Amino acid sequence: MTKLTDLTLSEARDGLKSKAFSAVELTQAHQAAIAKAGVLNAFIRETPDQALAMAVVADERIGKGEARPLEGLPLGIKDLFCTQGVETTACSNILKGFVPRYESTVTANLWNAGAVMLGKLNCDEFAMGSSNETSAFGSVVSPWRRAGGETQLVPGGSSGGSAAAVAARLCLAATATDTGGSIRQPAAFTGTVGIKPTYGRCSRWGTVAFASSLDQAGPITKTVRDSAIMLGVMASSDPKDTTCADVPVPDFEAAVNRGVRGLKIGIPKEYRVDGMSPEIERLWEAGQAWLREAGAEIVEVSLPHTKYALPAYYIVAPAEASSNLARYDGVRYGLRVEGRDITDMYERTRAAGFGREVKRRIMIGTYVLSAGYYDAYYLRAQKIRTLIKRDFEEVYAQGVDAILTPATPSAAFGIGEKGGGDPVEMYLNDIFTVTVNMAGLPGIAVPGGFDSQGLPLGLQLIGRPFDEETLFAAGQVIEDAAGRVALPQPWWGA
Amino acid sequence: MSVDQQTVRRIAKLARIAVTDEDVPHLQGELNAILSFVEQLDEVDVEGVEPMTSVIPMSAKQREDGVTDGSKADDIVANAPASEDGFFLVPKVVE
Repeated sequence: MTKLTDLTLSEARDGLKSKAFSAVELTQAHQAAIAKAGVLNAFIRETPDQALAMAVVADERIGKGEARPLEGLPLGIKDLFCTQGVETTACSNILKGFVPRYESTVTANLWNAGAVMLGKLNCDEFAMGSSNETSAFGSVVSPWRRAGGETQLVPGGSSGGSAAAVAARLCLAATATDTGGSIRQPAAFTGTVGIKPTYGRCSRWGTVAFASSLDQAGPITKTVRDSAIMLGVMASSDPKDTTCADVPVPDFEAAVNRGVRGLKIGIPKEYRVDGMSPEIERLWEAGQAWLREAGAEIVEVSLPHTKYALPAYYIVAPAEASSNLARYDGVRYGLRVEGRDITDMYERTRAAGFGREVKRRIMIGTYVLSAGYYDAYYLRAQKIRTLIKRDFEEVYAQGVDAILTPATPSAAFGIGEKGGGDPVEMYLNDIFTVTVNMAGLPGIAVPGGFDSQGLPLGLQLIGRPFDEETLFAAGQVIEDAAGRVALPQPWWGA
Repeated sequence: MSVDQQTVRRIAKLARIAVTDEDVPHLQGELNAILSFVEQLDEVDVEGVEPMTSVIPMSAKQREDGVTDGSKADDIVANAPASEDGFFLVPKVVE
C-alpha cells in the first residue's frame, strides 16, 4: 500500500473517490509528516483544527457523491495569500499579527472546490528573493542534499516553503506566486513542477502585492497533471481585480495528454549564456530531443533583447514595490513603533519592520522614480519592456507555439553561499525566468534531470498569452521522457 | 550613475525609512552595485518605443456606480495598532 503522502494530487483524488482511504486519514498523514519536518522550516503556521474540520466536511460530501474538484485534498498556502482568520504576514516582521478579515480570491477558489488547508508556508519577505533566505521566520532548508553531503541547501525562492513542502511530501500541492521566477526557480531546484500563468489568468485580489504588473499566483506540484488540476481551480475572472482578464478557464487537465505532434518549439539563441554549465546545455538538448521524438518541430529563434530583461526588471519591480509597500506605515495594521511625530513613527516602523533586502529594493525603487531620474531609469526600463514583449510576439507570429529554455543557470546552492557581498549575484538566479514576467507570458518549469551531485535541474517552457494548455501538453511530454522524479527520502525528523 | 551618502539619506527620507550612520555607507555600496548593473540599459535604442502601460491588452473594467460594500468598520480597524470608536489613532499630524 503506497504511503498516503507518496501519492500525487490526482492519485489521492482517485483514492478518495474509490474510498480507498478517507479525507481525514489523508490530512492526518500529512500532518504527521509536517510534525517530523520542523528542521526544513517550510510551514511557519499550521492550522490543524481547521484542516481536520475541512477534512470531515469533505468525507461527508464524498460519502454523498457530492465531491468538488479538490474535495479533501490537503494543501499548503504561501504566506502571501490572505486567509481569513489565519495570520498572514508575507514573512515580514511588519505584518506580524495581521489577521485578515477577508479571503484572497485564489484561496477562496480552492476552499470552494473542497480543498483542505494544512497551514501557511514560508517564503522570502514580501516575495523578494531567490533562495528563501530573507524571511522573518528564518530560511527554508531544502529536502534535497548533494550526493554524500550534508550541507543545507536552499530550495530556491521566493516560494521556497511551497517548493520544499511539496518535495518533502508535506502537502499534495502548494500555492505560490511568481514576480521574476519565484514559482519556476524553486520548482526547478526541488524537482517539482511550477507554472506561472499568463498575467491576468489568476486574480491578485487578497494576494500581498510586490510588483503589480509582474505578480501572478500559480501552483507548485509533484506532476504536470497535478499542476493542471490546481491551476484550473486557482484561476478565475474577478470583478475585484481589474487586471484579471475576463477569459474563460479552459479544462487544463484535458490538455495534459494532447501531445506535441505538429507543434513548433523555439530555441532562443540568446539564452545560451557565456559560461553556461555543460550539464545545463546537455539537459536543454535532451529536452529538444524528447520533444522532437514526440513529433514537434524544433527551430532556432531570436529574442534579441533577452539580456536586458534582468536589469530592466531590477528597475521596474523595485519601483512598483516602493509604491506597494508605502502602505506599511504602522497606522492601519501590522507593526507600529512609536515616534516623536507621525513622520518619525513611519520611519522607525518601517526601519524595524522591513528586512535588508526589502529595504534595499524600496530604496532603489524610490530612487528610480524620483524627480530627475524617472525618465532615465523607469521610463527607459518600461520602453525596454515593450521591446522584450515585442521579441516574443514576433517569434510567435512566425508560428512558434512555445519556447524551450533551461529554468535556472545552476542547481540549488548552499544556504549562505550567495549574495553576501553583492546583491546582484543572487539576482542572476532569475536570468532565464524574468523575461517571462516582463512580457506577461505563461511559463512552466518541469524537472528534466539531475546534475552530477544528484540535484534536480529543470527545463522551462514559455507559451503564448493564455495558452497554458500547450505548456501542460509539452510539459507532460518532458515528464514522460525524463521520468517521474524520485523525491528525496527523509533525512530529517525522527 | 552612482549615489553619494547625501543622496542615500535623501532617498531614505523619501521612502520614510530611518537609517543610522552605520547603515549609510553599506546601503550606498549596495545601491551602487545595482545601479552599475542596470547601466547596460543605456545601450538600447528606445527611439520611438512606447513604454509598456498594459501587460496584456485590455481596457479598464468599469462597474455600475452603486454601493456594494461597507458597513464593516469593525473589520477595518480590527488589525489597527491603536484605534477608538472606529478611528485609527496616530500621533498628531497637523500642528
